[in-house]
Amino acid sequence: MEKVLLLGNEAVARGLYEAGVTVVSAYPGTPSTEITESACKYDEIYTEWAPNEKVAFEVAFGASMAGARAFCAMKHVGLNVAADPLYTASYIGVNGGMVCAVADDPGMHSSQNEQDSRRHAIASKVPMLEVSDSAECLDFTKKAFDLSEEFDTPVLLRLTTRISHSRSPVALSERLNFEKKPYRKDVMKNVMMPAMARGAHVKVEERLKKLTEWADTTAFDLGINKKIMFDRKIGVIAAGSCYVYAREALGENASYLKLGIVNPLPVKAIQAFASEVETLYVIEELDDIIETHCIKLGLKVIGKEKFSFLGEFNQGIVRKAVLGEEKESVSLDIPIPPRPPVLCAGCPHRGLFYALKKFKLYVSGDIGCYTLGAQAPLSMMDSCVCMGASVSGLHGFNVASGKEQAKKSVAVIGDSTFIHSGITGLIDIAYNKGISTVIVLDNSITGMTGHQNNPANGLTIKGDPTVAVDLEALARAVGIRRVRVVDPFDIEGVRKVVAEELEAEEASLIISRRPCALLKNVKHEPAMYVDRDVCTGCKACLQVGCPAIMQIKSDAGKSKAYIDPNQCVGCGVCAASCRFGAIRKGGN
Amino acid sequence: MSDTKNILIVGVGGQGTLLASKLLGKCFLEQGYDVKVSEVHGMSQRGGSVVTYVRYGKEVFSPVIDKGEADIIISFEQLEAARWLPYLKKGGLLITNTQKLNPMPVIMGTAEYPERVIDKIKEKGVRVIAVDALDLALQAGSVKATNVVLLGVAAKELGLGEKIWLDIIEKTVPPKTVELNKEAFVKGYNAIS
Repeated sequence: MEKVLLLGNEAVARGLYEAGVTVVSAYPGTPSTEITESACKYDEIYTEWAPNEKVAFEVAFGASMAGARAFCAMKHVGLNVAADPLYTASYIGVNGGMVCAVADDPGMHSSQNEQDSRRHAIASKVPMLEVSDSAECLDFTKKAFDLSEEFDTPVLLRLTTRISHSRSPVALSERLNFEKKPYRKDVMKNVMMPAMARGAHVKVEERLKKLTEWADTTAFDLGINKKIMFDRKIGVIAAGSCYVYAREALGENASYLKLGIVNPLPVKAIQAFASEVETLYVIEELDDIIETHCIKLGLKVIGKEKFSFLGEFNQGIVRKAVLGEEKESVSLDIPIPPRPPVLCAGCPHRGLFYALKKFKLYVSGDIGCYTLGAQAPLSMMDSCVCMGASVSGLHGFNVASGKEQAKKSVAVIGDSTFIHSGITGLIDIAYNKGISTVIVLDNSITGMTGHQNNPANGLTIKGDPTVAVDLEALARAVGIRRVRVVDPFDIEGVRKVVAEELEAEEASLIISRRPCALLKNVKHEPAMYVDRDVCTGCKACLQVGCPAIMQIKSDAGKSKAYIDPNQCVGCGVCAASCRFGAIRKGGN
Repeated sequence: MSDTKNILIVGVGGQGTLLASKLLGKCFLEQGYDVKVSEVHGMSQRGGSVVTYVRYGKEVFSPVIDKGEADIIISFEQLEAARWLPYLKKGGLLITNTQKLNPMPVIMGTAEYPERVIDKIKEKGVRVIAVDALDLALQAGSVKATNVVLLGVAAKELGLGEKIWLDIIEKTVPPKTVELNKEAFVKGYNAIS
């Protein structure tokens, strides 16, 4: 059979196709986004972007109740948002199979925390499978649907950044012709009121016991759990990426119990494996969940005493912890400046932040590309917690600090994040007579996750035209009377409007509107240039924090501003920073 | 302990490291190897330091490469070559673009871009191939093809011959850019004689 190289995320999508799934809903979130983007390419699957993960989960759950095989995907922190439906969906169970993929981010490549989603599986008492390469992404996705239907439960599929974003070979099969199950009204099963939920909880506990038996038996027959015996001096229990790191580092010098189901964990299989090896290691990124389970079983294991609770592992970490060996390497003994990610040249967020800088504000921040505005030289963020927290957090800050402080503070939030969960905070401000100023950075796209359409930009996941949320009308409808729209490239215009809205003793919404500079349909202006005879070398333009502007030494040895024409897209924000008028618009 | 070969591709977000790794991965898969390619998506794309791992062999487990393990590092930028140098195996090869891109601390004047980076690496006894891939890409028709120029340089070292790669390029890149990329590849392939 022909093998193709697929990203872990693409392989999950292929698994959805082969499993006969017909409904997929998701909110983008690195590292999970490409699952849904890839699923969208199969015409047989209805795919959508939902406004947030809770909605996505509920859409998939509704589709499952109707009898279809349904799926939703999210990043780890997205599962917090979807936790509410998850915990009760666990009580109700499914009709058509339902799987929710959750992608954790050990090492926080693109996240605000590195929580361990296995905790949600334990707390909601639903089974969780964990994958270690793209082939398993495809295979376990399909098996997760069978498991869901067999045990009448939603199933969580855990990925981590490395697995989601690594390509490895996958063999493709035909799509299963899954016949939608009939829907039958069943109040005792599907309506969770106390009387029904008490009965449902009994079933959930029984289900968990049966799943433990399954993890000890059938999971091995299906190749979800695997026992791989080589040298028995060292035994390793691991799942997902940690298994491949261990296998890479230790090869045939150790034996392995590779777990594909991480909730509930097997019992007898772990006890048996422990008795067959001399020294038993548990290797797991983030929390000590397998280790705690082993300790509960009375087993002696080496886990977090050698392996950190922090960050992402690799084979080098395993090699050092288990064998005490390190590879030789060379390095330069000179300081190497860091290269943090930055707002792109021509990014509309830069203009807005640069304009705001003058006001010396408390800036309540949020999640998106604009979070990069927290870094020097813009340094325009005082807080960043989670999706939507900028708006509600600002309200709390201002209620506690009083009217005068409210005149020196704003919230900044992207269009997609505002729809996700900023709007509820705005309703809170309006309803409770707050006077905060909220700025929506409307760049017509969900940017940070790699350009996904959203309910505010008038395009579906497939790029088809649809209704767009009218942000101005929405704000007015919830009771915000002061609604203004500004162009973030018009620095003076932004400053004038912001000054007025800060001063106003009632709530305002300012929409800073300009599309992301990386969107294909955005036309760029000719590059700006510096008149080096006029430039005094004062460095004021460097405060704009644009990667295209730098200082270069002239022949006379004096450092003056220079704009890299390969990077500059002519947004002109830097021109507003130069009081000598040395930065000019370029010609064609 | 294994026959697995490790190629590390490093650069600055937006330079096109992903396409280079994708082409490498496809090529090794067609040669019958097991392959793993680990990419970076999301936040670090925005002008940050990025790294992609390509591993191939009989059976590849880990998708990542750790310090002291890379057989070849392909660097799209000088400073990134210095940053990732510790990942090179003893006796490994560094292929680097001579292009320099200032990171924000250097732009802000809070840090200096080190001088003579390539010479300093050579002084450590590392085998280095340095090429002006940006210029070769411009000659081929677009700076956007810098990634494929560097792939061409690496392909010569990997010794599979030119044709295999040109076929892979033709099958992978958008039709409108096939000729540009093929030309860029050939320029890289012939850069070092």
